[in-house]
Amino acid sequence: MTRLLDIRDLHVALPAGGQRAHAVKAADLHLEENEILCVVGESGSGKSLTARAVMGLLPKPHVHISQGEVMFQGEDLAKASEARMRQIRGSDISMIFQEPMTALNPVMTIGNQIDEVFRFHENMPGKERRARALKLLEDVQLPDPEQTLDAYPHQLSGGQRQRAMIAMALALDPKILIADEPTTALDVTTQAQVLKLIKEMQAEHGTGVLFITHDFGVVADIADRVAVMQNGLVVETGTTEEVLRNPQHPYTQGLMAAVPSLTPRAARARSDESVLSVNKLVKTYSSGGGLFGGKARVVHAAKEVTFDLARGETLGIVGESGSGKSTVARCIVRLNDAEAGEIMLGDTDLRPLGRSAMRAHRSKIQMVFQDPFASLNPRTKVGKIIAQGPLLYGASPEEARARALELLEIVGLDDRAYDRFPHEFSGGQRQRIGIARALALEPQILVADEPVSALDVSIQAQILELLDSIRDRMNLSMVFITHDLRVAAQVCDRIAVMRRGEVVEIGATEGIFANPQHEYTRDLLSAVPGKGWFASETAAAAG
Amino acid sequence: MTFWKLFARNRSAVMGLVIIFLIIFMALTAPLFFPADPFSLAGQPMSPPGENGFLLGSDSLGRDVAAGIAHGAKTSLLIGLLATLVAVFVGVIMGALAGYYGGFIDNLLMRATEMFQTIPSFIFAILLVAIMKPSIESIVIAIAVVSWPAVARLVRGEFLSLRGREFVQACHTIGMNDIRIMLAEMLPNCLSPIIVIGSLMVATAILIESGLAFLGLGDPNIMSWGFQVGAGRTLLRSAWWVCTFPGIAILLTVLAINLVGEGLNDALNPRLRERT
Repeated sequence: MTRLLDIRDLHVALPAGGQRAHAVKAADLHLEENEILCVVGESGSGKSLTARAVMGLLPKPHVHISQGEVMFQGEDLAKASEARMRQIRGSDISMIFQEPMTALNPVMTIGNQIDEVFRFHENMPGKERRARALKLLEDVQLPDPEQTLDAYPHQLSGGQRQRAMIAMALALDPKILIADEPTTALDVTTQAQVLKLIKEMQAEHGTGVLFITHDFGVVADIADRVAVMQNGLVVETGTTEEVLRNPQHPYTQGLMAAVPSLTPRAARARSDESVLSVNKLVKTYSSGGGLFGGKARVVHAAKEVTFDLARGETLGIVGESGSGKSTVARCIVRLNDAEAGEIMLGDTDLRPLGRSAMRAHRSKIQMVFQDPFASLNPRTKVGKIIAQGPLLYGASPEEARARALELLEIVGLDDRAYDRFPHEFSGGQRQRIGIARALALEPQILVADEPVSALDVSIQAQILELLDSIRDRMNLSMVFITHDLRVAAQVCDRIAVMRRGEVVEIGATEGIFANPQHEYTRDLLSAVPGKGWFASETAAAAG
Repeated sequence: MTFWKLFARNRSAVMGLVIIFLIIFMALTAPLFFPADPFSLAGQPMSPPGENGFLLGSDSLGRDVAAGIAHGAKTSLLIGLLATLVAVFVGVIMGALAGYYGGFIDNLLMRATEMFQTIPSFIFAILLVAIMKPSIESIVIAIAVVSWPAVARLVRGEFLSLRGREFVQACHTIGMNDIRIMLAEMLPNCLSPIIVIGSLMVATAILIESGLAFLGLGDPNIMSWGFQVGAGRTLLRSAWWVCTFPGIAILLTVLAINLVGEGLNDALNPRLRERT
């Protein structure tokens, strides 16, 4: 094996006055021919900047390589000129990004964008270029390559766009492919396909792949070797087998332990008392049509969705993007108005209630949102954010304050948080504040819409634990929306699987994982990355 | 970093602020330095600057140009500020309602806004003042009427994007009413662009007022820079000072306000904060 890339003592400096002086500190990494090296770490670990340093794509001059070398075929890329880097990029080293929609030019056809790569780097007649582009699209297994060549990015699905990106990156048969979280924005089934494709293409061309990810499941599925980064330091490197089976560094051990297991936890007794029952809920979205009418496009986001929620139970709604799981959640809390069906909370049907009639019931169902950065008003102090609810329902300012302080303690933040602004907190802390706000009205039901999907895996574990303890302590019932089956396995008593607005399967978590009835559920389960690699899963891996 | 430090990084904005303070000072002290009515005939007509006791000369009727500029400053600033306040008030209400409720209300309000925008603003202002009879109030109203659509469009855009944000939805789920959500939650989050556009509108308002006065549509009882320029325009070749000094006053004021507006934009826009 030849060594393709040798990163020695790499330092990437951050602008002065920031929290850290270096985004990457003394990183030593190397990449061999025909291998996939996964650089894994949480947000802020410096993994992405390491990749960008190799490509010469750091946001200069604020962020720059201050020390160390990036050796590629006897040449130090850290010192290469911009002109030289342009030659190397695309032909010797190429890159695929997380969000193919923004990485592709929206006003150029896929064919033209691939063509550009050939035109910049090679002298070739137009016909040949088109033939090569066609061949590439066939290689990445895009359906109907001829047509895709003339398609615009928005006409393709997320997975297809990522395939097109890969085709473009591999156009000139580069020696190194850098993949920066290439599957993070994709659904789990699409992710499995794209990972498989990357692996196939890599094996076929003998490419060295530097694969950046935060997801240990993906690492387990794709990596030959793994490098773990924390706060800019490479804390552990080794083969996948070594690092995942027998992690040496405490940080790696912690991360591995935080990955939720796919084996559902033990079932709890289900109460007979139903607190919420949703009956044949229908919601459609229509877009288009203007002042003078025009044809509107109609999407069925929820088609006769029916389920029951028992007291003290957590019901998971899982599905891929566009399955309508969030729509159902938003209809229950009446952020969206469903067209038909019933939302029975006790004896009241919430669905037909007007805004003011609904206000009386609002406090009983509260919501936790996905994005901890968008869900808190940046201009309002944390204490006020939490106290607002009780104040609206007639609590005195002193009562509301006392309640807010008590809740801060329950969610594990200290009193000083009361007078601070949301931006002073980390993502996980903000999510705690969001949970405290939802609890302030003492709801019976908590609707959590992907509450942990924007968080790092170690923080994710803490928040899940918090939700669990709160549910038991306050005897809450929870509707838990997630796309992540690992999370669902650890949190939910029952699971409803949704696809294209329909509930295709509903049942106890254990039953669904052990014996999925619907084909789609089986697809979802088999696409979960890294099966059999994590704690307490060894038994499941055999089956 | 404090707001003032951020603002002070932009040198020209600080310069603009100094000029504005000087002009405000001039407007406030005009009755002290020029106690006489600026319309009074103070001496020899057509005196060049520095002669016959006129610092900046006199016009064809012997009115003191310097006194006119000092007294006119108050008119310009007052009209600029008042018209902007009215326009921002109306624009914020229209834009907020349209952006928050969307759908039919949005369609209705935005089509109304567009109707105002189809008429060239200066001609529209002339028309309004001509209909209402020239007076300070009618000028303020006319300028506000032609200026609010820009604010409405801006605020609508901000509200549209804020409406979908999770913290606003969280307010819905705890049962907060619409007015409170709009005023207490959303409006503070779009204050920065409103302040910026407002500061720039003051400059435009001063220009429109000067233009109206130049065309003889100003309040006939109140001295203003536009009126002075208009009165001196026929004498441009024989008595250049009559037009020139009030013209420079307009130029400096508008320039200073624009610089300050730009500085506010830099300081209030978090995306530009990192710019060096």
